[in-house]
Amino acid sequence: MTNNGTAPKTLGKTRPHQTQNEALVFEKSSPGKRAYKMPPLDVPIVDPAVVLGEAHRSESAQLPELSEIEIIRHFTRLSTWNYAIDLGMYPLGSCTMKYNPRVNEAVARIEGLAEAHPYRPDALAQGILEVIELLQRCLIEITGMDAITLQPAAGAHGEFTGILLVRAWHESQGNARRKILIPDSAHGTNPATAAICGYQVENLKSNAEGGIDLEALARQVDEETAALMLTNPSTIGVFESQIHKIADILHAKGALLYMDGANMNALVGKARPGDFGVDVMHLNLHKTFSTPHGGGGPGSGPVACKAFLEPFLPTPVLVRTARTEGPGTTGLAGQVPETTGQLHWNYDRPQTVGRVRAFYGNTGMFIRALAYILANGPDGLRQTTEDAVLNANYIRAKLEDLYELPYKTASMHEVVFSDKRQAAKGVRTGDIAKRLIDYGFHPYTVSFPMIVHGALMIEPTESESLEELDLFVDAMRSIAKEVDETPELVKTAPHSTRVGRLDEVQAARKPILRWRPSQ
Amino acid sequence: MAYPANYRYTREHEWIVLDGNIGSIGITDYAQNSLGDIVYVDVPKVGEPVTANATFGSVESVKAVSDLYSPVTGTVTATNEELKSSPDKINEAPHDTWIIKVELADPAQFNVLLDAAAYEAFISEETGS
Repeated sequence: MTNNGTAPKTLGKTRPHQTQNEALVFEKSSPGKRAYKMPPLDVPIVDPAVVLGEAHRSESAQLPELSEIEIIRHFTRLSTWNYAIDLGMYPLGSCTMKYNPRVNEAVARIEGLAEAHPYRPDALAQGILEVIELLQRCLIEITGMDAITLQPAAGAHGEFTGILLVRAWHESQGNARRKILIPDSAHGTNPATAAICGYQVENLKSNAEGGIDLEALARQVDEETAALMLTNPSTIGVFESQIHKIADILHAKGALLYMDGANMNALVGKARPGDFGVDVMHLNLHKTFSTPHGGGGPGSGPVACKAFLEPFLPTPVLVRTARTEGPGTTGLAGQVPETTGQLHWNYDRPQTVGRVRAFYGNTGMFIRALAYILANGPDGLRQTTEDAVLNANYIRAKLEDLYELPYKTASMHEVVFSDKRQAAKGVRTGDIAKRLIDYGFHPYTVSFPMIVHGALMIEPTESESLEELDLFVDAMRSIAKEVDETPELVKTAPHSTRVGRLDEVQAARKPILRWRPSQ
Repeated sequence: MAYPANYRYTREHEWIVLDGNIGSIGITDYAQNSLGDIVYVDVPKVGEPVTANATFGSVESVKAVSDLYSPVTGTVTATNEELKSSPDKINEAPHDTWIIKVELADPAQFNVLLDAAAYEAFISEETGS
């Protein structure tokens, strides 16, 4: 797939080779080149065939042979092909690709935090433990929940942990129950999580507004229902205004409400899941709390829960030993968080679901998320939510005359159009997304959620300025015009990239997973 | 594309046609068109039970993975081996490409499914056209 690119742009007759497609490192190989020089052997020579016997390999491993500068240039050139939030708008709906503030990075590189070793005794790790504990308290306050674990390494891992808590609680009540309800607008990870945790998935059809149909829900919830997994706001960016009734219907049958916190960027500082009936939920620090997302990551998917689920949280759990003397320990004990005693990890948790991650989770992300929360403060976080919602609605208002809006309900932090009008000209959402690359933007999310046929899912986040939003709106309006006038231009996009449109179908049906010398 | 009159259909867009007590099950033209290019089909093993209205496998397209729902209850007697290497057959000839064959536990289940006219009415309602 290296040779099917479109012709690179020429500058007169010159064509700098840096702007051409880059060959695979294997194709750049020539025999005998080295990027290292071994020192003379200072131990006796042994014959590997004698030592290894049948395990001895005599044929070449066909590793590429290049000089150091060739390797450096190869990977440096490839790195310049990346699109990143630091280059432009990244409106990938449901992913919350917000700016990763530099202050996060500065704080995460403070030596005492960056070099903290997980095997350091608790007594000598009080600084980093304070960071973790403060983040836990901030997230508990933001979500309105009672307890939290920071262990899960990503959103889906958080879902898995959350549903393990649900299962453990039901088991402690005498019946693990059989099924989990999931709306048809859900992220695909929700049914996968339920299945991995041993539950049958029952599909819940959305109503005409794209939300939960309360009557259908009441019919489907029974004594074998363990939980409903709900994303709020939903994947079409609509807030479930009946959420408290949804929680009541579930709780009346002993079922729990799990909230997928993927869209928490629309709620922070405005509404708390713990206040509207959620029993357990995950957060995505790499979405809502500005830690790096995609590629570099790593992710972090804390799980917050109500007090009755707390005994089941993964081990270890951070606890503070109450101080025996001094100020801060009298009078308001139990009302005000105790912040003067020593922190330590408690492994003695008989009802725990067990450890879900090595050590304590992706600690570097905790530092960044805490830096983001403290730098913004409560009012700043609220402003962030308002700006994210405002930006999505600005895009909606500027594009709804050209792109079909399947659900007219007020949008929160993202807006979902369909390609219905463009499809009449044979142009689909995937074509429009690829044309957007030519305009210098990362594509929006394509063909999701499934309840919208030919979905264009756009989430600008609060990071974008009015000027950048206008550039995006202009690009989308221009593409709509192209669909009318020169649809082929859109259907064959992108045109400005080093590699043109790839054959996705062939790549999925007959994937070539490794380079072979004969090719 | 016409929906064969001797087939029966589900609201989840599967079809079934009977040969004696053996039903061949596939997905409709509407389904393959919504999914787009199909790249993989996941099916149960021969001898496994399937249950009416419950999932028995999945189809994966470039866009998404979708569950397959069995129109009837019974036992799998054959799976279409050709789909392992050529899942695109479903896109090319959806109504001639069966995915699994099932021995029906209760042949009467066939008759309560949608006929071609009822299915076409259902999909025009779904698409709002």
